[in-house]
Amino acid sequence: MTFASLRSFGFWSLVVAILTYMTLPTLVVLMTSVNPTEILAFPPEGVSFAWYEKALTYPDFRRAFTNGLIVTSLASTLAVVVGSAFAWLIHRYEFRGRGVLEAVLWSPLIIPHFTLGFGFLLLGGAFKLQQGYVMIVLAHMVLVMPFVTRAVYVSLATIDPNLARAAANLGASPFHVLTRIELPLVLPGMAGGWLIAAVLSLTEFTASLYVTGSRTQTLPVAMYNYIREYADPTVSAVSAMLIITTTLIMFIADRAFGLRRVLAIDTH
Amino acid sequence: MTATSPAPAAVELVRVRKDFGSAVGVADVSLKIGQGEFLTLLGPSGCGKSTLLGMIAGFLTPTAGKIVVDGVDITDVEPYRRNIGMVFQSYALFPHMNVFDNIAFGLRMRKLPKAEVAGEVRRAIEMMKLGGFEERRVSQLSGGQQQRVALARAVVIRPKVLLLDEPLSALDKNLRAQMQVELSELHRKTGLTTIFVTHDQGEALSLSDRIVVMNRGEVQQVATPIELYRTPANGFVASFIGEINALPVARYERDGGEAALVLPGAGRLVAPAEGNFAHGAQVRAFLRPEHVRPALPGEDRPNIVSGVVAAHIYQGSHTITRVEVDGLGLIETRVTGADIVGTHPVGAPIALVLDLGDAVMLAANAGRIDA
Repeated sequence: MTFASLRSFGFWSLVVAILTYMTLPTLVVLMTSVNPTEILAFPPEGVSFAWYEKALTYPDFRRAFTNGLIVTSLASTLAVVVGSAFAWLIHRYEFRGRGVLEAVLWSPLIIPHFTLGFGFLLLGGAFKLQQGYVMIVLAHMVLVMPFVTRAVYVSLATIDPNLARAAANLGASPFHVLTRIELPLVLPGMAGGWLIAAVLSLTEFTASLYVTGSRTQTLPVAMYNYIREYADPTVSAVSAMLIITTTLIMFIADRAFGLRRVLAIDTH
Repeated sequence: MTATSPAPAAVELVRVRKDFGSAVGVADVSLKIGQGEFLTLLGPSGCGKSTLLGMIAGFLTPTAGKIVVDGVDITDVEPYRRNIGMVFQSYALFPHMNVFDNIAFGLRMRKLPKAEVAGEVRRAIEMMKLGGFEERRVSQLSGGQQQRVALARAVVIRPKVLLLDEPLSALDKNLRAQMQVELSELHRKTGLTTIFVTHDQGEALSLSDRIVVMNRGEVQQVATPIELYRTPANGFVASFIGEINALPVARYERDGGEAALVLPGAGRLVAPAEGNFAHGAQVRAFLRPEHVRPALPGEDRPNIVSGVVAAHIYQGSHTITRVEVDGLGLIETRVTGADIVGTHPVGAPIALVLDLGDAVMLAANAGRIDA
């Protein structure tokens, strides 16, 4: 073996090792979901979809899924509205305290979800909102806002500033510049931001554990509660379905809105 | 209107100034632009021409001075109430609209009835030869087509003034020449008062009724293209417009109807006596390459200088020959054809006739030569 081919072999071995390391836990869970017996065994002893049926019919999961949809749709939508407004503010105006505002908007990326969830729990107690939808939606909205704001901000930043000038030059008032030029151009960013927010909210666990109750629990919380009592592959099946759903959402989002561009992963 | 009253100015700038912090963007510019005139703001980048245009469009607020359009002071009017059309260097076409909607945008903002919008847009599309492209997205158009859409969009609103911000600079050379002709035609057809910004002297000379040469935020000269070329006001204008030989600073000597330039190290040159220079003034003569020619064999007359051929730049119809002349430095001569390359190869001695009758003579301190 020459040195070059040895180096190439070493490189690809490393890549494969990293990718395996990243995906192995997920693969293990997915594989146990088709195990025919009641134990969470790995490797699986056969192939069965019985646990999928149980997952789809189990009342706690059904309700948790519905709860999740309600929370996710409300929280993501609110986050898009508020986050877009903030993104526009930061993009458009220079003002005192702009840096502070940005730092606060980005802060949920740094502060542990545990802290935020716990904080909302204490606040919820003070305002008699504990374990209600309002509290959960507000908590999720805060958690996903940085991602939405960033997506919209990036879209705004890529708009040629001369477009607004050209529109004004043609007689468009600031309101018309916003509604006819800036909003349509930033819409893909908003939609992409909404989808990211939806996926994050749908799978959020740590903060949700504090702010949900037994009747308002979201899917990850319901899964956690289930696995504390039972150790059968139903949870694996739910995981599998959740992963497939979110993957599909991301795939569609990338196709429809150029998610990579919206999130500034791709620069071309 | 009586014959003595001045023609109404479409645009009047009164001591317009723009400071950027401590830097001067535009320094107290006053200008009158006539109705239907094609006026060019010409200068190197950073000379303030685009800043001036931005203030007329209303995107920038002047630090001082006022801008009057059709007799109305618009200095503090918002850009969207000015009714001034503009074509941007990047065209700034709306990427989420097709060609028709781009052109119709301004009319729709003016709340024109639908049928009227359609009619006006159709006329603009015909004028700019964009028929068949109505439904195209602007990203599917070539540079020249995008340019036409930008022009159509700006003229369809029948603006009081049309501003063009280096609209040809993004096009390749052939297309640029063609668009120059089209711009000229458009101006003739619409009769719009047009302010054109460019750093390209060729575009400025071929398109303009008058040219405003700017440098470092200041107006250097306002003149017709021919005046500008023949009688530049200072060294900057002389060197910025076309090619020109700047002779070293000389002492101007006048004796009755005779005048002479005394050049240190190059003797005396006979100069035209009609200049307004006092005897003994320090002057600088500028001479176009077409006013320098090789001397004929045995030719005996004043203002023949001798030198050595340094280089030939063959240009097809003519040749620019650079000659190192004793005491004068490099002098360029423009000769028809390419014969000179054979008769006077590089390194050969050559005698040149300087046609100082066509030279531009400026006081030695009139403007720096830093173009």
